[in-house]
Amino acid sequence: MNSYRHITRLVIASSFALAASLPLAAQTIAITGGKVYPVSGPPIENGTVIITNGKIAAVGANVAIPAGAQRIDATGKIVTPGFVNSSTQLGVQEVSQVSDTRDMSARGKDNIAAAFTVWEGLNPNSVNLAPARKEGVTTFVVMPTGGLVAGQAALVDVVPGTTTDMMIRAPIAMVAEIGDPQQAGVNSRGELIVKLRELLDDTRFFRIHRDAFDRAQTRPFAASRLDLQAMIPVIEGRLPLVVTVDRESDIDATMRLAREYNVKLIIAGGAEAWMMADKLAAAKIPVLTGAMNNIPAGFAALGQRQENAALLRKAGVQVALIGNAGGGDEEAFNVRNLKQEAGNAVAYGMTWDDALRAVTLAPAQVFGVADRVGSLQPGREGNVVVWSGDPFEFTTRVEHVFIRGHEYTDKTRQDMLMGRYKTLPSTHNNPPSQ
Amino acid sequence: MRAYFCLLLAGASACASAPSQSTTSPSPARDSSNVGRGGTSTPNADPFPSTYVPFPARTTVIRNVNIFTAAGPLIRNGAILLQNGKIVSVGATVNAPADALVIDGAGKYVTPGIIDDHSHLGVYAAPGVNALSDGNEATNPSTPYVWAEHSVWPQDPQFPRNLAGGVTTLQVLPGSANLIGGRSVVLKVVPGRTVQSMKFPGAKYGLKMACGENPKRVYQGRGPSTRMGNVAGYRTAWINAEAYRRKWDKWNADHKGDPPSRDLGNETLAEVLRGNILVHNHCYRADEMAQMIDIAHEFGYKIRSFHHGVEAYKIADLLAKEGISASIWADWGSFKMEALDAVKGNMALVDHAGARVIVHSDDPSGSQRLNQEAAKAMAAGAELGIPVSEERAIQWLTINPAWALGLDDKIGSLEPGKNADLVLWSADPFSVYARPEKVWIDGAMLYDRQDPSEQWRTDFELGFVPFNRN
Repeated sequence: MNSYRHITRLVIASSFALAASLPLAAQTIAITGGKVYPVSGPPIENGTVIITNGKIAAVGANVAIPAGAQRIDATGKIVTPGFVNSSTQLGVQEVSQVSDTRDMSARGKDNIAAAFTVWEGLNPNSVNLAPARKEGVTTFVVMPTGGLVAGQAALVDVVPGTTTDMMIRAPIAMVAEIGDPQQAGVNSRGELIVKLRELLDDTRFFRIHRDAFDRAQTRPFAASRLDLQAMIPVIEGRLPLVVTVDRESDIDATMRLAREYNVKLIIAGGAEAWMMADKLAAAKIPVLTGAMNNIPAGFAALGQRQENAALLRKAGVQVALIGNAGGGDEEAFNVRNLKQEAGNAVAYGMTWDDALRAVTLAPAQVFGVADRVGSLQPGREGNVVVWSGDPFEFTTRVEHVFIRGHEYTDKTRQDMLMGRYKTLPSTHNNPPSQ
Repeated sequence: MRAYFCLLLAGASACASAPSQSTTSPSPARDSSNVGRGGTSTPNADPFPSTYVPFPARTTVIRNVNIFTAAGPLIRNGAILLQNGKIVSVGATVNAPADALVIDGAGKYVTPGIIDDHSHLGVYAAPGVNALSDGNEATNPSTPYVWAEHSVWPQDPQFPRNLAGGVTTLQVLPGSANLIGGRSVVLKVVPGRTVQSMKFPGAKYGLKMACGENPKRVYQGRGPSTRMGNVAGYRTAWINAEAYRRKWDKWNADHKGDPPSRDLGNETLAEVLRGNILVHNHCYRADEMAQMIDIAHEFGYKIRSFHHGVEAYKIADLLAKEGISASIWADWGSFKMEALDAVKGNMALVDHAGARVIVHSDDPSGSQRLNQEAAKAMAAGAELGIPVSEERAIQWLTINPAWALGLDDKIGSLEPGKNADLVLWSADPFSVYARPEKVWIDGAMLYDRQDPSEQWRTDFELGFVPFNRN
């Protein structure tokens, strides 16, 4: 126990490089008989998944089951890695129209808030966490939004405890947005790029002249010290830059800028990304997008279509699926609907295997955490879901959810409400609590 | 962001009859003879008459297909005959006339056309720029004098997308900024140069009302700023409307003396009181729905449907008793305080209690997947121990919204004599992989997935919306 605590402290000290595992799952679990989709390799009929001490210990058709293991019979069922929703405001936005519960945006300075670490406001007691977990989402990226540079994102597991307990890695990405110029405090799209270039430029300068800055011997910078500091890993190529951008020409401009500054770029939203799928593939730029929106909601998204994800994938782009219905599944309440997004991606042309990959291993690879989550391989976190059938179908139930080897069966707030009102009393008083 | 705007809106409907399935009295004949009679207030006046003409239709047989009729059990491997815009027969087999286009359904599925009774297409058109934001006349908390059809842009590119989602009939409502938002309009999802050419002939108007947070937020400081202020606003409006109705009913009966002065707002409300306009009431919370029901009782009108009733499950028994339908989402919630208690089992619980369930969208994207919303709600029901059959869930998408619009004698089920509005799906419509392959309205095939060159593109889309660039 002592050594465990010691390790935990070390982990926190190294800025969440490794997350603590709570609760500590000392147990060994053997999931047997199911069709196992490791994602990192071909599916295994009648496969076995062994989880030991919170980690996946073995996966295969002929795996010895350790004595004393808790057995989960998955005969006739599907076993996959836990799903990863890689663009959410889960935990930082409880009731979107109640400002007191909105913690996903920083005021920043001139719409630049690179230093903003959104996870500091993450509420592990959010009632939206349990529904996501109950429907197979075990891991998510919590992203800041708003402004030109929104701040830094984190990757967390849907486990109870503190934010520290939930953490897999923070920061996992810097987030920026090439959207409505007016909303970002400038007058035109080109000016958005100018502002970003200025920030990248200042960061470069700041990086090598920090001493001069501290002696107040540098020219004024566009961003604050903390923002510039936060941008250094981005220009060093150590921290990817997620840019939310829709219009083809904006994606193109963003790509040019990223190339100029050697920034590791990830496109998010990307309504018109399909129009330049080959270029994105050639530049090895991944795209986070959905398959449930075809509304030309603005002049920057006239090419929005549900085939976007499939066309990108077909061209060889790494695609991670996220909610994009435009008023539904991208809300914190419906992070759980990632599986519906995947099913629709298939209906609009993606292969089933690619859709599964796009909600598991692909996001893990995009964010550089494939050694931790996203596939069923020895050494990965014990994030495993047992489904009654095709994970994307509505009739399918989640039968077991394991995160870091611990099974979660807790009731959601919605379950509690339904339990209370399933049988209505004959008067209009409240029914007794259940 | 868009959806937010729409969320601000909803409707209430007053006019329904029994809670049991079907039966709507035929719509009264519209009085289009009021040319030059703009000074008088006539019941069922129709100053903007429908000019809809059905598109050319071929006699069509779809055979070897599974048919959800919404009026009985699934017909496996059956057939359906469409002729002259109507359904002629449906069953295990049908007699195919010699000139009929025969479509092999190849084991796929047919359903009635989907009906969305909560849409803002045309009034909140895409692209969502201010110049096209015409859904909320937020200049007065009570605007019964506005008509949604006067905001509808027929070139909204969202219309063809809805058609491709299997939606054949829409109720377009004003927004929910106002206590009384104005008249809705029922549209066929067809290309048209004018909104009149999209209007469903003979459809009754709806009246949009809204409870709760939206009106009090929008008018804070210059109108109602509390829920009690909201209720005072509804009651005041109905008091004035009742006086207006009496005055005009008397004058219309005896034509004695000068006619009273005409007032557009009171005219709409008087038509509700006469039962000629159906009330669609945006209302989230159970306690507020119960209060709206009392107001309806006080003034003698009926609410046809509560829209967005995320807490309908808490008063499902009351809705069943009052014969009020619940137009609801499968899983939207928590975006504001009054949406906090949304549960996925809402539809199953309300259905189980005997009230009519309607899957609605309030969203141009969600409207295209109402079948998927129903499927999610069915899964939630199964988990609750309240299994919902597919035959039942089809009614949530078709005959129940048809009833809410007062059109269940014309659309909403596949029965002889009804309009030939139907969808051929690639698979069971409750599968996530199912997509509409063909869509018919009044017997005319208006969408064919296999024939992109013939698919409807609105004027706006030409040149602006890129197609086939892959």
